[in-house]
Order: sequence, then structure tokens, then C-alpha cells
Amino acid sequence: MPIERRITNWTVLTLAFTSGFIIMSIELLGGRILAPYFGSSIYVWGSIITVFMVALSFGYLIGGHLSLKAPRLSKYGLFFVAAAITAVPTIVFGDALMDWVFLRFEDPRYGSLLAAMLLFFVPTAILGMIAPYSVRLLVEETHHSGRVAGGLYFISTLGSALGTLLTSFYFVLLFEINEILVTMAIALVCCFIIALFVDGKVVDGRVIDRKVESKG
Amino acid sequence: MKLLLVVTLLLISMASYGDGIIHREKSLYRNIVVSEKAGKRCLIFSVRREQRNQTCIDIDDPDRIVFPYVRMTFAGLLVNPEPSRGLMIGMGGGTISSVLTSVYPDLTMDLVEVDQAVVNVATEYFGFRKTDQINVHVADGRVFTRRALLRKEQYDLIILDAFTGEYIPEHLMTVEFLGDIKSLLTPDGVVIANTFLGSSLYDHESVTYSTVFGPMFSLKMPGTGNRVIVASRMGLPDNKTLMANAMMLKPAFERYNIDLRKYVPNMNRDPDWNTDKRPLTDQYSPANLLRGR
Repeated sequence: MPIERRITNWTVLTLAFTSGFIIMSIELLGGRILAPYFGSSIYVWGSIITVFMVALSFGYLIGGHLSLKAPRLSKYGLFFVAAAITAVPTIVFGDALMDWVFLRFEDPRYGSLLAAMLLFFVPTAILGMIAPYSVRLLVEETHHSGRVAGGLYFISTLGSALGTLLTSFYFVLLFEINEILVTMAIALVCCFIIALFVDGKVVDGRVIDRKVESKG
Repeated sequence: MKLLLVVTLLLISMASYGDGIIHREKSLYRNIVVSEKAGKRCLIFSVRREQRNQTCIDIDDPDRIVFPYVRMTFAGLLVNPEPSRGLMIGMGGGTISSVLTSVYPDLTMDLVEVDQAVVNVATEYFGFRKTDQINVHVADGRVFTRRALLRKEQYDLIILDAFTGEYIPEHLMTVEFLGDIKSLLTPDGVVIANTFLGSSLYDHESVTYSTVFGPMFSLKMPGTGNRVIVASRMGLPDNKTLMANAMMLKPAFERYNIDLRKYVPNMNRDPDWNTDKRPLTDQYSPANLLRGR
């Protein structure tokens, strides 16, 4: 495997790991964010998990479509920066938004569902786009695609596991919720910068296309 | 072979009901156990680790209040001896509200309990009765409080007792929540909170309450594992007033075998906690993790 390909793969896997980590970290903090308005009962977790699952499924769908057209690392990086930007309103206007929902929905089940939707749907959907796009960047030949996808899920789900563990065991004990969220947003921007850097430096941004050319 | 089976089944049933357990229930939130032993019937929210009896009644003498912290709760009346509207978050066996509403015939109370199963068990096994004076709301304490604030409700007696031995609802132990509770208090209202002893949570919890209420009473009685916080919006009355109120309330509490006078010397005004600890907020509320430290 050429060195350029290897660097690209490692970059994609590292970034996919980070995105898996951040998705679950935000999901866990979601429970904390909603509790002051809607309690911490099972239906609040039901709302959060539902919203994350639906957001991820649409993210997968859209990310898959976007990967069809001239995939490259720099575009991949845009998912990360977009997720960071769309997470900002969650941090800044979260309380105002939940106030608004609380005033309009008496039943905390639907209140928490709508609040979770408004707060987390967009950034989570964008983070969901990363998985199929990663597969596209990693796959060189069709008959390897299963193994590549398996390796990617392995890495990103391990990231999710670690994000869950560290957030619930340690982060909440050491930091405030917003401090953790801001750190996540900064980490996403760093991912964007890494993607841009690797894209420009190593493979001249056309790793996939060049593969196809060299084969033909 | 048949004999073996019978013996095994017998052993299993003895094991599960051996400690005089008369009822077991898994609710959405916890395991609820009702036990009956030595004339006492107890509501237990957890049977692991130290057996914490949440509420006990004396079967032959239901007026006698077995559990010390329940009696200590009434020390809040030394600050406001004539409450007319009460709010209680976390109902336990319902004993406290039953006693209060019979001592004060004009008192009405909102009882907020997140777990319907607790309401059922209190009714079925602890003689809890809904009366004209008691409204039960099955809701989260924080959600109820927020709605009550929107309705501009006011209470002159608020009791916070939503904490079982096993798990603390963390969103009910923050500066923001207590700020809402304070806004629900009338100017002469009193808030009473049953809290824990003996972990670094004690410091954090104390700092959290004093951040919101300023000076407060911290009541500890020898031989109990609980501390009861008593605070108000107006600041703290002097000991003479406390004693006068205790004397006034003496006849009404005699049948419950409670003498509020003995609490007066133990109503501590000075912080005995580490005041440098961080208050718990909606942003930082790892109460359950701090408990283990």
C-alpha cells in the first residue's frame, strides 16, 4: 500500500473514531441538559435516544449520497466543521429553547422529545454523514468493501464506547457541561483542519480519482 | 427427587421472604420492599448494602413515628409554626404529610412523587390516605416546581425528601433548583431538606444550600445518619423564638411522641462543612459520584 494511501486511511479512521466519541458524549450530556426542564425519567432518555437514532439514520442516508460525487478529504472535513457550527446554538441558546418548549408542552414526554429534536437533531445528523463518507474514502476495490466497512464500524463504535465511558465516569465530575461541549466543538474544528492539511499535503486531494486512473 | 424439589422450593421461598418481607415490587425507578419485623412495618427502597429503612410504622401504634429523621423533619416547624400551604417532594410512606395535615387541620399539601408505585405501596401498606388536604401529583419534582412557578404558586412549608439511600436525583440538588424552591416560598416560609452525612457530598450539598439560602440551620441528632437542613427567606430566628415555638407545638405533637424542644440545642447555625467546595449546579452536578468519595 502506498504511503499516501496509508496516511489517508489513518486520517479517516482517526477522524471517524473522534466523531464516534463525540456523538455519544453529546448524547449522554443530553440527559443532563434536559433534566432541569423535563426530569430525568426513562422517557427523557427515550426522547434523546430516539432523536439520536433518527438523526443518525438520516445522516447515513445523506452522507452516502454525498459520497457519490468526487469524494475527497477536504469535503470530508466540512462535515466536522458543520457539526461544530450547528452545535453552537445548542450551547448558547439551549436554555431559551427549552424554556420555549416547556411553556408550550405540558406533557414532559413530548416536551423532551421536541427539545431533544431542536437541540441535537442537526449536529447529530451531520456527524452521522461521516460514517458512509468514511467508507467511500477507504474503499479501493468493491470486493474489499465489506472488510473496510467492518473496520470502520469497529473503530468508530469503539470511539463511541470510549466517549460514553469517559463522559459519564470522569468528564461530568471534572468539568461543566458547557465546558465539555465547547471542547467537543473545538475538537471537531481540529478534525476539519487535519482533514484539510492531509488533503492538501499528501494526496493533492485526489486520492480516489488517482487510484482509478492508475488502474485504468 | 420429589422431596429434594420441595425442599429447594421451600428454601428459595424462605430466602426471598425470610426477613419478614411481605411485598416486593420492581417499579420504573427502583426496587420497593415492604418488610414486617418486630412489630414494625418498613418501606425499603433498596435491600443491598446498608439496609436503609425509608419509612417505618409501628403496626400496633401507627401514630408512633419510628424513624428518627422523619421526626427531625418537624424541626422546620420551629421556624414557621403555623404553615397553611405545604409542598413535599418525595413522599416516602406518606407519614410526614399525614401527621402534618392532622396537626394542622387548615393545612393543604401538594405531594409530588415521581413513582406511582410508591404512592400505591404507601396507600396499601402504610395507611396513606388522600384527603381533602392532600393532593398527590405523580410527577418529577423539577418539572412540578417549574410549572408551579409559572402558576405563581406560593408555599410556606416546603419539604425536600426525594433522596433514597441508593440514588440521588441530581437535578434536584442544584443551585438552580433550590433557587426555584426559594421563589416558591412565601416571605415567612421555611424549607426543610433531608440530606446525607459522611461523604464529600455533605460539603458540596451544604455549600449548594447556603449559596441559595444564606444562613441555615443544620440539624443533627446523635445516633442518626441524617442531617436536616432548615432554611428560610427571612434569615434565622433566635433560640428564644425557637423554644417558644417548640413549647407552643408541644401539645399537638404529644400523641406522636415528638418533643420539638430537644431539637433546639442541636439546630446548628455555624457551617461545619468545607465552605471552599464547589456548589452543585445544572452545569456541574455529579452528586452520585461525589457520594462515593
